Amino acid sequence: MSNLDKKVVIVTGASKGFGAAIAKGMAREGAKVVVNYASDQERAEEVVRSIRATGGEAELIRADVSRQADVISLFAQTRDFFGSLDVLVNNAGVYRFEPFECVTEAEFHRIYETNVLGCILTMQEALKYFSATGGNIINIATVDVSAGTPSTSLYTSSKGALVAMSKVLAKELGPRGVRVNVVAPGATETEGTRATGVLSNATVEKIVAGTPLGRLGQAEDIVGAVVFLASEEARWITGQVLFSTGGAS
Amino acid sequence: MTGNRRVAIVTGSSKGIGAAIAMRLASDGFAVVVNYSSSAGPANDVVAAIEAHGGAAIAIRANVSESASVSLSFDGAREAFGGIDTVVNNAGIMQLSRIADTSDELWQKTLAINLTGTFNGMREAARRLRDGGRIINFSSSVVGLYQPSYAAYAATKSAIEAMTHIVAKELGSREITVNTVAPGPVGTDLFLYEKSDEQVANIAKMSPLGRIGEPNDIASVVSFLAGPDSSWINGQVIRANGGVV
Repeated sequence: MSNLDKKVVIVTGASKGFGAAIAKGMAREGAKVVVNYASDQERAEEVVRSIRATGGEAELIRADVSRQADVISLFAQTRDFFGSLDVLVNNAGVYRFEPFECVTEAEFHRIYETNVLGCILTMQEALKYFSATGGNIINIATVDVSAGTPSTSLYTSSKGALVAMSKVLAKELGPRGVRVNVVAPGATETEGTRATGVLSNATVEKIVAGTPLGRLGQAEDIVGAVVFLASEEARWITGQVLFSTGGAS
Repeated sequence: MTGNRRVAIVTGSSKGIGAAIAMRLASDGFAVVVNYSSSAGPANDVVAAIEAHGGAAIAIRANVSESASVSLSFDGAREAFGGIDTVVNNAGIMQLSRIADTSDELWQKTLAINLTGTFNGMREAARRLRDGGRIINFSSSVVGLYQPSYAAYAATKSAIEAMTHIVAKELGSREITVNTVAPGPVGTDLFLYEKSDEQVANIAKMSPLGRIGEPNDIASVVSFLAGPDSSWINGQVIRANGGVV
């Protein structure tokens, strides 16, 4: 089924992990996808190539979402490529997990500027480009907004801000036909989580034991939720947080 | 043909949201058991509509509040279609009454149909669903809105949400997911009954999307939860209400 036929979608932070999986998954459903990245051009190009190789449409646009000039350019270029905008997926995010006492002012700014300010900037810009009949925003958060995992205070609170903002904007923008929802993934095996050592073997064992479906999440696992929320099938859903965790919370 | 076909039981599907779900799942390729408690005529109409579109369905009468009756309806589903993959516990009643005016009879009836009915459907599903199956329960966005006169109804729906989280953990090892859909106001006979146009317009205004829901708005969410794209969504409550809460 082509749920997103010809829809124009921007996926931020789409060079790897969730973002790459979402970009590819939406392209499979017929969307024209902007693969946004901030630094890893090589991997982002791979995502675009892989979408085009299977007959999909994708364009590459570099932009650091925490910089307004970059964001303005991201949306202007999107219109140049595809002529319109239907869906914004705010996936770009940064994290570092450390005990609360170690949190610094600099780290606060780094995390919040991408995870919160970045989403404010992209959502504001998206509103200028959505059609008169509406648009669709999907923000990616984390299961930790309800789980409260230790040593994730900055990251989780930034996602909590995003959840709260999404609920406000669903009500504020609903009359314009703009839906705003959140997908909250559980612990997921990505290059990032493996490389940073967040998912040690002991942690994985614990997570799997606490997951009713009995395994660790993969980036692919949240694609179905994002595609659904972006589609007309979810036309009556807005202001919601859809946990995609295999049942772990 | 029915050998590979997945099979769904939809309780309370002779009318309203249930009928829309039955028809949607049939068009998704499910063989559908249209469960009803009293409205044989409308249930048969739903079956006929599904068959007219090339789908497979049968109507089975069962009062969801009676466990023996529910068990027999599962027998019927298996005999007709070979097994059961998805159970949608949609049957429910909603009769509004402030607590001081709520009779023993209304309280017991609300519990029997909404809560015991869902318990019976879930227990039977837990015993008989094929691996990889789906249980989809129904709550309501009144859990969250908490308007006066909804106490009995909301109590049953809250309990269903709690059971959803727990049963998801019990059945995960068989790749069975358990989720709940919580609609807001939907323009069914049940909802529109004895409401003036003005009342309905005021309720529509509560929603950021500026209308009341339609049965198909809810059926498409059930379709997602019954389908392959939701396989990692488990133990969740999805509110489908146009953003009202």
